Amino acid sequence: MTPHMLTRSLDRSATIFLLVVAALGVLIPLSNLLLPAGSFLQVPTYLVALWGKYVCYAILALSIDLIWGYCGILSLGHGAFFALGGYAMGMYLMRQIGTRGVYGNPILPDFMVFLNWQKLPWYWYGFDMFWFAALMVLFVPGLLAFCFGWLAFRSRVTGVYLSIITQAMTYALLLAFFRNDFGFGGNNGLTDFKDILGFNVQAEGTRAALFALSCLALIAGFLICRAIVSSKLGKVLIAVRDAESRTRFLGYRVESYKLFVFTVSACMAGVAGALYVPQVGIINPSEFAPGNSIEAVIWVAVGGRGTLVGAALGAVVVNYAKTFFTSGMLAPYWLFMLGALFILVTLLLPKGIVGTFNAWWDQSKEKRTAAAAASAAAEDGVTEPKMAE
Amino acid sequence: MNVMDTRATSAMLYLDGVHVSFDGFHAINNLSLTLEPGEMRAIIGPNGAGKTTMMDIITGKTKPDEGTVLFDGVTDLTRLDETRIAELGIGRKFQKPTVFESQTVQDNLLLALNVDHSVRGTLFWRGSRAESERIDKVLETIRLTDARNRLAGSLSHGQKQWLEIGMLLAQDPKLLLVDEPVAGMTDVETHLTAELLKEINKTHTVMVVEHDMTFVRELGVKVTCLHEGTVLAEGTIDQVSSNERVIEVYLGR
Repeated sequence: MTPHMLTRSLDRSATIFLLVVAALGVLIPLSNLLLPAGSFLQVPTYLVALWGKYVCYAILALSIDLIWGYCGILSLGHGAFFALGGYAMGMYLMRQIGTRGVYGNPILPDFMVFLNWQKLPWYWYGFDMFWFAALMVLFVPGLLAFCFGWLAFRSRVTGVYLSIITQAMTYALLLAFFRNDFGFGGNNGLTDFKDILGFNVQAEGTRAALFALSCLALIAGFLICRAIVSSKLGKVLIAVRDAESRTRFLGYRVESYKLFVFTVSACMAGVAGALYVPQVGIINPSEFAPGNSIEAVIWVAVGGRGTLVGAALGAVVVNYAKTFFTSGMLAPYWLFMLGALFILVTLLLPKGIVGTFNAWWDQSKEKRTAAAAASAAAEDGVTEPKMAE
Repeated sequence: MNVMDTRATSAMLYLDGVHVSFDGFHAINNLSLTLEPGEMRAIIGPNGAGKTTMMDIITGKTKPDEGTVLFDGVTDLTRLDETRIAELGIGRKFQKPTVFESQTVQDNLLLALNVDHSVRGTLFWRGSRAESERIDKVLETIRLTDARNRLAGSLSHGQKQWLEIGMLLAQDPKLLLVDEPVAGMTDVETHLTAELLKEINKTHTVMVVEHDMTFVRELGVKVTCLHEGTVLAEGTIDQVSSNERVIEVYLGR
């Protein structure tokens, strides 16, 4: 009986989640654009951008939950895929600047002119076209995840060791992107974007559209994750998470499953990064910082690992708290609060917010059904000896 | 490869001169053993005799240092990994019952079915009537029909053992390796398990490792006693249990 209820409750929370995201995706942009500025119900533009950021983080959290919650792969370097997607989008936005840069070079971005580069490096080719950049947003993180995963999973690197090498991966990328001669703007990264697909990135309309698109991407990402975890493949992933070697003895090629889901997850993280960059207006190497990836894992743990909805919720809740606390007197203590939050959640709510809520809901529902059955039996005047059990 | 078209042996499983050592400890020492198609064999032996290590070798978990391990007369198992060996048709029940605890009994069996195990196949999987009928049949055989929607983790120890045997049935391998199927079972459950294994043996080759002598006697099949990684005695249960060296290793000298 319990598993049935579990799936039903998941379906219920999934429906609520989708409705809420869709409603936000429509109402926030409309309120921002249609209502007069300063009106009580009008969402100011800075909030649209801020919430757009949260939605991108929610997509990143979903991608982490897909591999961690369902397949037991704890990646502490998922920020790398997010940042790579962001850089791919950033490169497109840089090429759109054209002659409007400080140096007015129609081809070379400012930082290349500053470094006295004469021509565009080959890996910047094609990024003047949106479709190509969009493809790279998926392809670059996907390819890195595929190569990394192929090596790691085939050699059966699991658990803590895998987590450590994912940290090393994102740190290595951080160092590489810091270098000026790497060709991605070094320390400063990519910024001063002008327009995207011909629309001014600073314009209210563009921001509202980007927000709506982010919500759409979150919905799409959620549906893809749901489709994966509720298929038979999802059952195999859970089997791998719970008893990896047993799954092998049943004749499943565990490394292929891990590779598949890791690559899908990296592509999703890439999309999140690509939507993030035009909304925050900058991408720089600090996005590769190992701390970012760890923070993203905390969002998932807080919201509820293996619930998808929880991951997205955790990302929003923790980041809202971050915005709230880092803008006041408590700012210097934020990292301590985050650490404490992680420890408290691990100790008191090991299933996270959504996981705990689901368990509580199922339990109370079971009690209510039992109580209803008992009262019905009492009314009929029939005593059922089995009820006591 | 001419090995592929000439069977080296008629045996379902053929082990010859197998050696394995872990850090100088000889877990398996010149072990030779053959299992004929359709046979059921009971393996007994004191703790540390190498019974589980032998199963690890057959299923590809451990690679032997030397020796031959042939399956179905043609396939060299020492060169394959666990997945490939499972695909060939060797199923294994573990000493400690290993089921997927957070999934339902039904889903455990579904995962075990020997259907397309590729990523694509499982992603686009649609249940078929044939599959659910097979699951129903297995559930009936292992007497867990009423528990089909329960989480495997909530089953009793004996039920988990049965579920794992059920997973073997769903896998429908040519050779079943069953490690301590009645550990922790009541007498009634033990008896039922013996009946079940005999039933399974009608269509499958089976190797059972077990300590429980009553159970082994009930199976009524050829017994091999292992000691220090090598075969100490082989024959009927009466022959083996009256063998002086067997008594010696079991009771201590």
